[in-house]
Amino acid sequence: MGIVNILGKKEILMPGNPSCPGCGLALGLRYALKALGENTILIVPACCTSIVLGPYPKSSVGVPVFNIAFAAAASTAAGMSEALDLMGRDDINVVVWAGDGGTVDIGIQALSGAAERNNNIIYICYDNEAYMNTGIQRSGSTPRHAWTTTTVLGKKEPKKFLPLIVASHNVPYVATASIAYPQDFIQKLKKASSIKGFKYIHLHTPCPPGWRFPSDKTVEVARLAVLTGVWILFEIENGRLRLTGPSRNLVDKRKRLPIEKYISIQGRFKHISKEELEKIKEDVDKLWHTLIQYSSKENIEKQ
Amino acid sequence: MPIAYPTKGSVGNTGLWRTLKPVINYEKCTKCFICWMYCPEAAILAEDKPVILYDFCKGCGICANECPVKAINMIKEV
Amino acid sequence: MPVMPLSGNHAAAYAAKLSRVEVVAAYPITPQTQIVEKLAEFIEKGELKAKFIRVESEHSAMAACIGAAAVGARAFTATSSQGLLYMSEMLWWAAGARLPIVMGIVTRALAPPWSIWSDHIDVLSQRDTGWIIAFAENAQEVLDLIIQGFKISENDRVLLPLIVAWDAFDVSHTIEPVDVPNQNVVDEFLPKRRKYRHTLDVENPFSYGNLAYPKDYMEFRYSIYDSMLRAKDVIEQCAAEYDRLTGRYSGGLIENYLCDDADIVAIAMGSISGDLKVVVDKLRKQGVKVGFCRIRYFRPFPSEALAKCIEDAKTILVFDRDISFGSEGALCLEVRATVNREGLDKRVYGIIYGIGGREVRQKDLENIIVKAYKEELNHPRKLLWLNLKHV
Repeated sequence: MGIVNILGKKEILMPGNPSCPGCGLALGLRYALKALGENTILIVPACCTSIVLGPYPKSSVGVPVFNIAFAAAASTAAGMSEALDLMGRDDINVVVWAGDGGTVDIGIQALSGAAERNNNIIYICYDNEAYMNTGIQRSGSTPRHAWTTTTVLGKKEPKKFLPLIVASHNVPYVATASIAYPQDFIQKLKKASSIKGFKYIHLHTPCPPGWRFPSDKTVEVARLAVLTGVWILFEIENGRLRLTGPSRNLVDKRKRLPIEKYISIQGRFKHISKEELEKIKEDVDKLWHTLIQYSSKENIEKQ
Repeated sequence: MPIAYPTKGSVGNTGLWRTLKPVINYEKCTKCFICWMYCPEAAILAEDKPVILYDFCKGCGICANECPVKAINMIKEV
Repeated sequence: MPVMPLSGNHAAAYAAKLSRVEVVAAYPITPQTQIVEKLAEFIEKGELKAKFIRVESEHSAMAACIGAAAVGARAFTATSSQGLLYMSEMLWWAAGARLPIVMGIVTRALAPPWSIWSDHIDVLSQRDTGWIIAFAENAQEVLDLIIQGFKISENDRVLLPLIVAWDAFDVSHTIEPVDVPNQNVVDEFLPKRRKYRHTLDVENPFSYGNLAYPKDYMEFRYSIYDSMLRAKDVIEQCAAEYDRLTGRYSGGLIENYLCDDADIVAIAMGSISGDLKVVVDKLRKQGVKVGFCRIRYFRPFPSEALAKCIEDAKTILVFDRDISFGSEGALCLEVRATVNREGLDKRVYGIIYGIGGREVRQKDLENIIVKAYKEELNHPRKLLWLNLKHV
């Protein structure tokens, strides 16, 4: 019963909600609520979760939730957090739970504002790498060469990688996480909720209908993302970067599983050419390189 | 006021969505609870052994895919 | 009650301070800046216990007010023109979420071309949102209407956000003597903000604003429509109570200025009212039976009160500091609807004035009324644009 005790038995996300079978974000929300507990208010902009929350008059979660417009999540959370602080209730977790579209694209301004002001909120972006709620259209967070309904021949541009953009705002805590590694995610969330200021966690949540894989493979796809090095688990605490989980051992390229294992399991990459696969590998190497540079003080001093 | 109260089964018995049904072979089951951990629906109860809530289980198959000892079989239901 | 020399903008800041607002989230825009600068000063000096969120856009300003109000805090913001348009999506959200928020709008013309001068198109573009909308005539009314605004907005029968609008520069930057009530008087008038059924609470969790199917959605919209109508009584009651506590009647849906035996009634909103009252006085002395009905609250539109006020008049002159392209002035459209709805027999003329701050002299207003008196006005179908340079 070890993991039951570590994760916590209480289910705050309830079964029988509208999420798709095998939904990555539902699993992520289940973990998030276990980590945060009932002393939490969620702010949810337009995204899949707006539906997963259940139709009026029934709610699928056992915490207060405030639905808000697509672009406005971070600002609404900022207002809420300041009000609660004034009322002497800064013990309540004010948490944005938003998709990649509402974070990386339309929500980025409000996010940047809240980060710059260091508002006391936790912002969790669950990344299913497209506008899934509206039917799989590309977002800034869609990876290069992935099929979506608006990038039928594959997205030309690379993924807009938000964690480093947020980290540039000098906020106290930024992290990535994956639903395949729940303990890592929950630990990071608990750490975030103990810090005052702006905390950001970017959670990788594969999507069976959107990424074109069978519903039983969701966790496997998320795991392969980490083990091939495509998704890197790290945290940046007060500017200091630290790899976590399996990513700690994957700096050496040879220790990573071949990227083909991650790509071939997903239908959204079915059409890619050899050159496109090489470009994807290049993108992964580039991100590792950027992170290594980020954490390497000596490199700056050498200049 | 558009207020919605916490309810199990907010869209009803989602067990009706399934075409495949997970069945745990308790003789093979080592009670590691990895199935419980990875269920996106919170449709597995962590009692003395994992127990599937068939009223809500959507039959995604993640539990069967993740079980380290392959103790869960996906049975065609319809 | 000290009388202080205050601009409209500073009067707004004092009103928010006296109302003990708890969260102010605002973004600077000419000519609103003095409101939030003054409030920032009050907060930083410790004179007002509130949080000031220096948001990065007007859209976020309203979002932050919404977040604050959702957990039970008293929230205030202010904007103009482009900022109001940018904020528009969130205005609809605030009203739909039934959150009591008060906002000051310093009415300013829209771009392109750029203009910082006054007209009412910005605030009237939001007339369908479900916000209560009041127009202040001068700095005193800015203060009085904002304080009353919180009470109206937070009333159980209303629970709708509220705008107080005033003209750029004419009111926002003009310094006038303003009677500022004492804090204890305002405290008696405005109780501390409390929880509502829809105030978010970790002890009693619920989701707010979830998806509503066609079988459920319409009733939410009806509820806003219904509350707007109830607001009419609440507005009058609040004005009466404010009068009782401060000794000043400074509120209510309309102002009836010499309309009771008038043959001609002018209707307008905002700062032009001062000029119209002077002109009415002058013409009355010359034997012209003219009156002025000032609309103080544009939403909810005071049809019944207006109908009563213009009962005896035969000619109605509606002065609009706005234009609804493809039709006529928004105020004139409302007046025509009232006349029709109440089954009245009146000739209604629409006049468009002051767009982009175009100068209007008392002489111009006088000329129109005299023309009406002499029955020399064109057919109402021809909308009159006052002081337009080329026709």
